[in-house]
Order: sequence, then C-alpha cells, then structure tokens
Amino acid sequence: MSAQEPIATSRPPVPPATKSPPAAGSSSARAEGAAPEITFDIRDLSVFYGASQALQNVTLQVLTHQVTAIIGPSGCGKSTFIRTLNRMHELTPGARHTGSIRLLGEDLYGPGIDPTIVRRQVGMVFQKSNPFPTLSIAENVLVGLRLNGVRDKALLRERLEESLRMAALWDEVKDILGRPGIGLSGGQQQRLCIARALAVRPEVLLMDEPCSALDPLATAKIEELINSLRASYTVIIVTHNMQQAARVSDRTAFFYLGKLVEYDETRTIFMNPANPQTEAYVSGRFG
Amino acid sequence: MTVTSNHYLRRSKNLLMNALSVACAVLVISPLGLILFYLVRQGVTALNWDFFTHLPAPVGQTGGGMGNAITGTLKLLALASVVGVPVGILGGAYLSEYGGDRINDWIRFWADVLNGVPSIVWGMVAYALAVVPFKTFSAYSGGLALGFIMIPLVLRTTEEVLVLVPRSYREAALALGLPQWKMIARIVLPTALKGIITGVLLAMGRVAGETAPLLFTAFGNSHWSHSLAEPIAALPLQIFAYAISPYDDWHRQAWAGALVLILLVFALSAGVRLLAGERKKP
Repeated sequence: MSAQEPIATSRPPVPPATKSPPAAGSSSARAEGAAPEITFDIRDLSVFYGASQALQNVTLQVLTHQVTAIIGPSGCGKSTFIRTLNRMHELTPGARHTGSIRLLGEDLYGPGIDPTIVRRQVGMVFQKSNPFPTLSIAENVLVGLRLNGVRDKALLRERLEESLRMAALWDEVKDILGRPGIGLSGGQQQRLCIARALAVRPEVLLMDEPCSALDPLATAKIEELINSLRASYTVIIVTHNMQQAARVSDRTAFFYLGKLVEYDETRTIFMNPANPQTEAYVSGRFG
Repeated sequence: MTVTSNHYLRRSKNLLMNALSVACAVLVISPLGLILFYLVRQGVTALNWDFFTHLPAPVGQTGGGMGNAITGTLKLLALASVVGVPVGILGGAYLSEYGGDRINDWIRFWADVLNGVPSIVWGMVAYALAVVPFKTFSAYSGGLALGFIMIPLVLRTTEEVLVLVPRSYREAALALGLPQWKMIARIVLPTALKGIITGVLLAMGRVAGETAPLLFTAFGNSHWSHSLAEPIAALPLQIFAYAISPYDDWHRQAWAGALVLILLVFALSAGVRLLAGERKKP
C-alpha cells in the first residue's frame, strides 16, 4: 500500500510539545529497565458504579508506540477500563475508582489535574461514528483545535490535511471539505472521527470497538490505518473481534468478569496462553 | 352463531366510536374556521395600506389606521424575547445538562406553576418592577411582562429538544478536551437550534395576543412612541379600546386589527411548522 508512505511521514519528527515531563516520571515509576517506554502505568485499578464493581485490581503497563488490544466477553469491563484512561468514566453518575494510573509518569487523577487537559492528551474514538451534524468535514476535523482557541489559519489548514491524511481519508474528501460530515459513508465517518481525534495531537488514541458497526471492507481500512498509526501514537483498542486483535495489536489483554486474566504479547495470548480461561476464550469455547 | 353476532356488535361499536371522535374533531376545528371566516368578512373591508401605516384617526373622522399598534406589538415582542429567550434557553440548558434529578423536579414544577399564572398577574409584577420605580408606563415594562410569560415556555421546550441530542455527541466533544460549557454552547445548542427556535416562535405567538399584562405596563398610545421609555400602542390594546367604543368605523378597525393579529400569530406558527418539517427531513 503506497498510501502508507505519506501517512507515516506527514507527522513531524518531533512530538507535539505537551507539558508532561516523561523523563522524570517514567524513571521513577519503573525499575524494569531500559526496555520500551511505558505510556500508561496502571496499578491496582478498581472501578465501581454505585455498589457494583466493574473492574477489580487491574495492574498493567501500556507500552509506547504499540497497539494494545483489550479483549473479553461483553460486560467484562473492557469499556470501563479504557474510559478510565481519559477520565470519561467520571461522566457516569456514581462512578468512582481506587488505585492509580500514571500517564507518562504523571498521576492522571492527581490533585489539580484537569480532565479536559487529560482528554487532549488521550484521544478517543467511539463504537458508533459520531461526526457533529452541524459541522462540515473540515470543521469536524478542526473542532477540537478551534474550540480550544487555535486561531492560526495556516496551522489549521496544515493540521486539517495532516489529520485527514493520517486517517487515510484525505484523498476521498479533499474536494468536498465543505460538505456536512454526516453525509459520508459509515466507514468514512469513522475515519473522520479518527482524524478529529488526531487533530488535537494526543499522545494516545483510545478506540472503543471502532469497527463493530462497519462492513468488512471499511474494517480492513481502519485496521490498516491503526497499523500505520503505531509509528506516531500509542493505540489502545477494545474489540469483540479476536481476529482483529490478532491482526492489529502488539500486546493483548484478556479481561473476564472485571479482572485482568492475562496480558502478554499478542502472539503469546493467541498461540500459547498461560491461563486456561484465556485459551478457552481465544479458541472460541466461550464468550 | 354467537361469534358472528359478536362480530357485528363489535363493528357497530367501532363505527359509533369512530363517528363520535370525528364529530368531536370537527367540533374542535370548526370554531377556528368560523372565527377566521367571520374575522375576514368583518375585517377585510377596513384593511388597506393606510391601516398599516397611519395613526388612528381622531373621533369623528373616518380612515386612519393602526400603524403605531402594529409596530408597537412587534417592538414589544422583540423586548419580550430579549427577556424571555436568554433566560429560557439557559434555564433549559441547566435542566438538561447540569441539574440533578431533585432540583430539576423542583424547577420543572415551578416552571409549570409559572406557566399557569394568569397573565394579568405578570402585568402587575412588571408594573411593580418597571412602572412604579420609573413613574411612567413604557414599552420596557410591557416587554418585561410578556418576557416573564415567555420564560417557562422557552425553558421547557429548550429542555425537551436538548435532551434529544444524542449522548454520543456530548461524549465526542468532551473526549476532544472541551470543557463542559463549551461542549454545550458550541456543540449541543447548535445541534438543537431548530427545535429551540421553534420553541421561541411558539412562545412569541402565545404572548403576541396577550392583552391583560399590557393594560398597565405598555398602556397604549394613540400616537407613535418615540422611545421605548414611553407608553406604546399594541394591537390587542387597540382592538380592546376600539371594540368597546360606540363608533362603527372603530368597530370595523377593531375587526381589521384582530385579523392582522391572528395573521401574525399564524405567520409565527407557519414558521414553526416549516422549521419542524425541515428538522424531520435529514
């Protein structure tokens, strides 16, 4: 696929100037050594909705510039888990959590940490594509920047094209940027939403079953896109589709009944899992 | 063959109920048709260009018009919107986006109570707030009284249309790192804009015909008013004054005024239908 070349190179070599000091945090957080950098360091995370517990004592590290897949049967806490990573679960009344999450060394829930700043660093794509119906394609991509106060026309134009190229949508929409975003097809809408999330230049992209409403061709496009995003972003994808997890991810976490059952390299999870429950699930015997 | 006899009994009951409901529907609609027909017959003879542009003629002279009352009603509607629209929309946004269940129940309850308050009471409130302190009847006080009546109407319709905006748009906006107020102002409100405008037009139609709250606020004026701090004419007031007068020519003009007023309300409703129809299309 020649389309991948410009996608990968269109991002400037230097990551955007976010305020987190990665060096200070990551060195103090882990003693594991010089191996890959850790984006999320999650310790003993439990989440409750009112009286019911959705997640129990989850501890895992998400590695930088890798695709991490979260798999497991419905209701196992997958969505809850990734929604804690950009503090979206706080929108649910009665939600609370214990344990700690560090993003590049910084406590995500520390005092004085504004959830809106967290969400600019940790973008999210949802199950159902949701371009804003009152906005055009271009406005949808730029809405996060514009509404956060970016006025520089040249920068906006640049980000528009870059984000759409990264989302592998540019060639399809470059002549119709003024049309409404909801006029696109389902797969295009979902890539538009990815472009919208990328335009604010997050460190991490969370994807909550991004392909579950798409046909196989559109799914293939998104998977290809995830593959190319790895070069510049840390991607965490929740999926019901085990083949998809096997195709796109570097590491896979298997959740069951609110617990992290197993977390390892994707190949290990699918070929040689340590836990019999994992093996039963990935071989399709339940779930 | 009880089955068959039951069948016929059921059918005749059905026919009877059907006929009854059709009759009731006709009963509901026919007064509207009769009123319109009568208004047109009585009012159309006095409707001419002068009616829209001229001041009322002094007693004894024929001719003249209600130009001052028509512009006065439009000005009062504009003033009322200045009061009622922002408060109603922001209150509706609070109900739909911020409020907890308990406080929302209270606000809704009080909005409904306010909605049922007789309009002349709103006139008294505006009288106490805007007429007494400034020692003059004024367009401002009339607009204030009508604005008070608009608030609960706009509030409830705004809440209803905001609740219809899918949660996924809110989540998408928040996930981009937008603060909640910006999400509401720039994403949720624009998405529901047509519905909100519909609610505002409906509320304007409702207050356009109000007479009682204007009696001792806008007060009426047989001349052009040069400032909003002066008493101002309004169509319902003018109709009232003319209808109780002993002069035939004034009676004709009152009919014409009523016709114009009802056409104004019709135009507002037509705007509502147009917007509502458009909303369903995409």
